[in-house]
Amino acid sequence: MLSYILKRLLYALPIALSVTVVSFMLVYLAPGDPLNAIAPADAPADVIAALKSAYGLDRPVPVQYGLWLWRALQGDLGTSIASGRAVVTEVFSAVGNTLLLAGIASCLGVLVGCVLGALAGYKHGSGIDRTATAMSVVGVSIPHYWLGLVLTIIFSTWLGWFPAMGAGPGGSADWTWDWEHMRYLVLPSVTLSVIPMGIITRTVRALVADMLEQEFVVALRARGLNGVAIFRHVAKNTAPTVLAVAGLQVGYLMGGSILVETVFAWPGTGFLLNTAIFQRDIPLLQGTLLVLCMFFVVLNLVVDIIQPLIDPRMGRS
Amino acid sequence: MDMNLSLTSSSIAAPTQSRSYWHVVARQLRHEPVAIASAFVLFLIVMAAVFAPWIAPADPFKASMLKRLLPIGSSGFWLGTDELGRDMMTRLMYGGRLSLVMGVVPVFAAFFIGTSIGLFAGYVGGRINMVIMRVLDVFYAFPSVLLAVAISGALGPGMSNSLIALTLVFVPQVVRVAESVTTQVRQLDYIEAARLSGASAFSIIRFHVLGNVLGPVFVYATGLLSVSMILASGLSFLGLGVKPPEPEWGLMLNTLRSAIYSNPWVAALPGALIFITSIAFNLLADGIRSAMDIRR
Repeated sequence: MLSYILKRLLYALPIALSVTVVSFMLVYLAPGDPLNAIAPADAPADVIAALKSAYGLDRPVPVQYGLWLWRALQGDLGTSIASGRAVVTEVFSAVGNTLLLAGIASCLGVLVGCVLGALAGYKHGSGIDRTATAMSVVGVSIPHYWLGLVLTIIFSTWLGWFPAMGAGPGGSADWTWDWEHMRYLVLPSVTLSVIPMGIITRTVRALVADMLEQEFVVALRARGLNGVAIFRHVAKNTAPTVLAVAGLQVGYLMGGSILVETVFAWPGTGFLLNTAIFQRDIPLLQGTLLVLCMFFVVLNLVVDIIQPLIDPRMGRS
Repeated sequence: MDMNLSLTSSSIAAPTQSRSYWHVVARQLRHEPVAIASAFVLFLIVMAAVFAPWIAPADPFKASMLKRLLPIGSSGFWLGTDELGRDMMTRLMYGGRLSLVMGVVPVFAAFFIGTSIGLFAGYVGGRINMVIMRVLDVFYAFPSVLLAVAISGALGPGMSNSLIALTLVFVPQVVRVAESVTTQVRQLDYIEAARLSGASAFSIIRFHVLGNVLGPVFVYATGLLSVSMILASGLSFLGLGVKPPEPEWGLMLNTLRSAIYSNPWVAALPGALIFITSIAFNLLADGIRSAMDIRR
């Protein structure tokens, strides 16, 4: 088991390192000088030179990367060109907001997906099965930014139950866990939960339906075990796969929330990425990408490590 | 196992065999009513987009300040008008052109590039294969939406950059499928026999491996179409794809967002079309998948 964890860690390290390279280098894909965003087009040469050295852009790219990585390891991601604030501060408050949204959305999506999928798998071919299957197809096919818009039209402009945008009456700064603030979470998190809901329903349905045909379930039935006991066996056997799929989905939500955050003007990483891209704020873009992707790498690692704890067969292979 | 036959006359035998296989798939597909209905819906959408210049009722760029945001069912404007008074029906038909191109082209490109890389990596095997697959693993460390947004954001807004970004997102996924099937097939006895009898690597891949790999990759790629449609329009929705005033569903959804208070149904129309197209692609892909399962 320990060697398995070590192997996973060793495997994740080069991936994490490559992610830092990609996050740093991505901005160099674009043609043109990164300085164009801050310096006016007719700036004198000495001003440009001074700016270049201030942002460290006068050094060779590998050196820039090395310095950037070294500082990032110490928790310094540079200064945002657009706002002049430290990138770390900006990214972490935004990541907090995104995590809040993605966390609630994943819980909702995984829960509903598991229940629907299990029901559909148990009642294979029934009305419930068809409904759940239809819902899961809709879930994976719907453009979630559009769903957000439709939910806003129905529940915000018509019924007036939930606010259409923002993260609370006073912005995200004074967040508290009361209904006045949590109302703002409802529409974005429901919108976001539809993606994992669809995929997890599909996975659980297929797994449960497959599991119920296995010989060991037939044997359990023959021994006279009741539904609850059989369900425990089925749940135990499907859990590792569901966990793997769910873990991946939670990670995708971190990225997928970009579009939903735009629809609801949620002050998360999506909003930050938008700012970074359209103002060509390179340190902000690099920092946001890095933090989000590291989350994804760590999440995958955690899922890989938890899986054999649930299913010991995996650790041995 | 008539491997001798396929060796001596491989150039003749292989194509006939694969044609009959696709023939069976097509026949099987006829028993999938949902897939056929989806194909029909897609056909209508594609036709409306292709023939938009001839059948659309108005000029997609002709704005009118007096006719802004007319509701659905207005006389002369069946589906209303947008925030600049342009005919919605016309723009939705024209919008299908860019939206479909932006959704389908990356999948096609990824299909060709990914299959080539996957075949190469899987056939060569060994260390080269490992290096290629490990490099591609890095792309798996990025959630796909984030990767698409980051690449097209880094390249700068624009349609061709979005196409590149989406292709780059899908290539590693296709490579993975192609590589795993190639690796499996490569170890079969008949490939070894072909190699021993002196067939070149190219002809082995072309006549003995490709036919086995194309099926699974094709099924996987059809499944990507729906994701690609949603992502492509999503990039335009963010302002990273098609630029105004070009009609494109994602972009139209974005510019009409401010109209959800005054004219919600018109504002929701472009997204409804993205949804219909994407679900039709998904259901068709499901149908093709189960039609092709006959092989197992």
